[in-house]
Amino acid sequence: MNAPSTTLASPTRNPTDWKGAAMQKRIAARYAAERRFRLLGMGAVLLSAGFLAFLLFTMIGNGARGFTRTEIALQIDFQTAPILIDPATVNAQSLAGANLQAITAQAADKALGAGGDALISPNAWLTVRDAILDNPKVLSQKITLSLPASTGIDLAAKGDASETDEAAYARLQQSGVVSTGFNSAFLSASDATDPTQVGIWGAFKGSLLTMLVTLLLSFPIGVATALYLEEYAPKAWWTDIIEVSINNLAAVPSIIFGLLGLAIFLNLLDFPRSAALVGGMTLALMTMPVIVIAGRNAIKAVPPSIRDAALGVGASPVQVVFHHVLPLALPGILTGTIIGMARALGETAPLLMIGMRAFIATPPGGITDPATVLPVQIFLWSDEVSKGFIEKTSAAIIVLLAFLLAMNGLAIYLRNKFEKRW
Amino acid sequence: MLTEEQQALKPNNPKMTARDVNVFYGAKQAINKVSIDVDMDNVTAFIGPSGCGKSTFLRTLNRMNDTVASARVEGEITLDGENIYAPSMDVVQLRARVGMVFQKPNPFPKSIYENIAYGPRIHGLASAKADMDVIVEKSLRRAGLWEEVKDRLNESGTALSGGQQQRLCIGRAIAVEPEVILMDEPCSALDPIATAKIEELIHELRGRYAIVIVTHNMQQAARVSQRTAFFHLGTLVEYGVTSDIFTNPKADRTRDYITGRYG
Amino acid sequence: MTGPAILLLLLGLGVAAWVSARARATRLQTAANAGPARGAMHSLPSYHGWYVALWTLVPALLFLAVWTNVMPGLVTESVLADPAAQSLPSDSFGRGAILSEARNIASGKQAMAFNPAAQALVEPYRAATSKFGTGGVVLALILAFAGGAFAFTRIRPDFRARTRVERLVMALLLGASLLAIVTTVGIVASLLWESLRFFSMVNPFEFLFGTKWSPQSAAMGFGNEGAFGAVPLFWGTIFIGAIIAMVVAIPLGLMSAIYLTQYARPNTRKWMKPILEVLAGVPTVVYGYFAALTIAPALRDFAVAVGISGASSESALAAGLVMGVMIIPFVSSMADDSIAAVPQAMRDGSLAMGATTSETIKRVLIPAALPGVVGGVLLAVSRAIGETMIVVMAAGLAANMTLNPFSSVTTVTTQIVQLLTGDQEFDSAKTLAAFALGLVLFIVTLLLNIVALRVVKKYREAYE
Repeated sequence: MNAPSTTLASPTRNPTDWKGAAMQKRIAARYAAERRFRLLGMGAVLLSAGFLAFLLFTMIGNGARGFTRTEIALQIDFQTAPILIDPATVNAQSLAGANLQAITAQAADKALGAGGDALISPNAWLTVRDAILDNPKVLSQKITLSLPASTGIDLAAKGDASETDEAAYARLQQSGVVSTGFNSAFLSASDATDPTQVGIWGAFKGSLLTMLVTLLLSFPIGVATALYLEEYAPKAWWTDIIEVSINNLAAVPSIIFGLLGLAIFLNLLDFPRSAALVGGMTLALMTMPVIVIAGRNAIKAVPPSIRDAALGVGASPVQVVFHHVLPLALPGILTGTIIGMARALGETAPLLMIGMRAFIATPPGGITDPATVLPVQIFLWSDEVSKGFIEKTSAAIIVLLAFLLAMNGLAIYLRNKFEKRW
Repeated sequence: MLTEEQQALKPNNPKMTARDVNVFYGAKQAINKVSIDVDMDNVTAFIGPSGCGKSTFLRTLNRMNDTVASARVEGEITLDGENIYAPSMDVVQLRARVGMVFQKPNPFPKSIYENIAYGPRIHGLASAKADMDVIVEKSLRRAGLWEEVKDRLNESGTALSGGQQQRLCIGRAIAVEPEVILMDEPCSALDPIATAKIEELIHELRGRYAIVIVTHNMQQAARVSQRTAFFHLGTLVEYGVTSDIFTNPKADRTRDYITGRYG
Repeated sequence: MTGPAILLLLLGLGVAAWVSARARATRLQTAANAGPARGAMHSLPSYHGWYVALWTLVPALLFLAVWTNVMPGLVTESVLADPAAQSLPSDSFGRGAILSEARNIASGKQAMAFNPAAQALVEPYRAATSKFGTGGVVLALILAFAGGAFAFTRIRPDFRARTRVERLVMALLLGASLLAIVTTVGIVASLLWESLRFFSMVNPFEFLFGTKWSPQSAAMGFGNEGAFGAVPLFWGTIFIGAIIAMVVAIPLGLMSAIYLTQYARPNTRKWMKPILEVLAGVPTVVYGYFAALTIAPALRDFAVAVGISGASSESALAAGLVMGVMIIPFVSSMADDSIAAVPQAMRDGSLAMGATTSETIKRVLIPAALPGVVGGVLLAVSRAIGETMIVVMAAGLAANMTLNPFSSVTTVTTQIVQLLTGDQEFDSAKTLAAFALGLVLFIVTLLLNIVALRVVKKYREAYE
């Protein structure tokens, strides 16, 4: 320590002039920069949140109308347009030859004037058929049915259509036969060619079946892997490979899993195409790493003292894990599982690869039947040119988002409820 | 230069004063009615058992407690007669005038040169590169580090040894020409040789800056300071000339602590 | 007998085995505890129960799994041996069609036959199916009883049932872990295999460095020459995922993270952080629809209004912007982690020198956190280039090499979907090209992840 004494011997201290005008100006500028930076940050947060709000607003704005449908009350007189089928033998096959299309169209023309059949949905006769199947006695009566209106009239009722449709709608309104109400068919029907007829039940059931397969496969396998890696795996080269594989799988783009499903499940193993079984298996491979990673974190969070305590009273390693560690880690594992399932529920691309983009007009009966899922249904409808599909697509998106929100809410609830601090 | 004895007996020349200072963290009171003068010409040591509030109080002297959301300070603390908690007081200026050295050396992950130049640069104390070079050399010399690092100013500050890092941090604080330097247990993370160097440095800096050092090491307090304040449970128990505190404490609690009954 | 019924029956046997074995073990335990050597029973009775139940179930189930795969072959063999099958055509295609029709009728999937030859085979099919089906069930039941009986005789006080059961549990856990490797190998093998077939038809160099992409012309028989140059796809992917999306996501994500960690009050942070995370939870098909329906037309109108040429209703900008928004929470949480990993002492050191918060952030925190942020951005890029639905719905199919963000470009993932949609023939270069693209995508995302994780790890170690 020789240098400091020489410098300190010559006191050159010149106190900073903090009160000087230049320094005051400089400090003011620094504070201005501070405020700007802070505003920039706030702006970034607000812009991001604003985008989310804009997205949800657009979807709800477009989609709310998708839950309603315009119907026209139409009188059909089967006495003047007799169908020569014995009411006792009425069934779908015998009605197939009855040309209900023409009967319905005639009734529409008669009741609504010339060109009346263009005002009702081209598939309106299906409603007539269902009414007959429901009660064959109507075949000898004069009945009034509420039939879905055509897309043009439907859009006109919701204030978004061409002038001719608007005018036709105005005429219908004057005669008081038209009404717009909640479209229960949207929740109970399946895909159709006409936007007034479509529903999400088929796709929704497909999603449920697919998720069921995904859950049954990925949950046990994921938990078992997490337990093995965290509790038993020896430190060896092959356990390193398992770890690396899982971390990589978590980062592989979802479409690659679709290619895997196509090449292995469909081409090599010859499983049924477009089925919930293959979709669920593909998504399970994708979801498994998420569950493993969440599971390992949850297991890691269980303090070693609990394992030591159990081992100390003579429990075997398997007993320690299944009696003590697993129950304590379960809330964390479940949270991770729900988040992984939510991601799988919103997934589209890999399912396109394995052919789950088919036109599915009847809900799948089992996991090997051709099916589609909600996100794919949204994708398919988004491609439709008919304007009526816009509101249906957005309505389906609302349903999907509501489910995802509920799942994530459940995950957050579980996390908060069972969060333990050791 | 005055001898240690003479220095100790020089009359007080208060640089900072604290009157009835209370500090709260949320609902919990950490400092209770502390009044103390920090002397310009002397090194002041804060001693006391851990958790007694000496570090907390030190951080109120340059308003570092502002960075803790739940902290609240009552009472009056002045620097050259100006209340540092007054709305007109600019905290940026205050911290430039009242520098701080932390328990663990915390050089920025930048070069040695940039570590020293950081303060002058943000405060605009040097406009030309040549001016900055002068400030860096002067600060490193005062921190007793120049000879060791003058050939490697562009190396990372984090590559230095612990003791060198702490001297770099002292140099960094000196570079903005502060009036007071607060040191929060500056040697607790260092080995004895590095500690000795820092203590020597404190000795060299005395008189130029008002220095306050928090320490849990009583021998260190006796070695480097001329004034000692003993804190216990958030209150200031005793404050006076260091030699008096250590040889003839007035309060029982001080005596018990110094003789090692608790701590 | 149907499949579920057999499974239920076996399960019932398993439960019976568990109950009876446990009861026997309990009696033995009572006897052992009453005897001179207390606690002489090695395993708890329930473990003996599990041991016997597993011996009952596992061999039988394994046999059934094998049997269901072998049985169709055996049935066909036996039908072909039937005199009614002598008249079948000798070519394998015609024979297969008739056989499968007969099989469908026999199993009730089809009401009546179109081909009389098939109708004749229905009865032999039914007979063979029932013969082999009953045989399989009987064999499975015999195995179940034999396994159960064998295990039951081993119940003794000193028998280590727990050890055996636990060994099986461990084997199951290990097997589950190995599935991750199997999946990885499956991905690599399937991509490589199909890609190799593709590269036997198309020169790899032409694929990687060619600039003309028109697989439709190849499919229409104009030959594979010059139809599979993937550079326009690579460019489109980079343009959307690594440039436009990042221009949106990096500033917004980074500034959001800085604001929420350094400035926002705890309450604001508590609410805003999950709200931003919702952006990452919205399904990509929703983003794609939003981009195609709302953003893309607005951008096109804007471009037309200010006179930018080449504006299209599907644009790189629309897809990139929306993808950037999707990535915001990803960048933000990585930046959040990196900034949080910078020791508090750094921040204190800077503030204690009289630096303002923004000076501390810009000059100390961000430089110190930079490696972590860079790693996070690399991960974000890898996610963006693998993203499919947004680009499928909003970016378009035109393989343009353009710098104009308002024009349509196509990406690797878009083309994979495009190539595999519709009729697939698994020996055409058009279909196989999708796997070659998938292989490139897989390798690139993998490399990005490896590099990013290494950078992040190094950075974490620096502060530990």
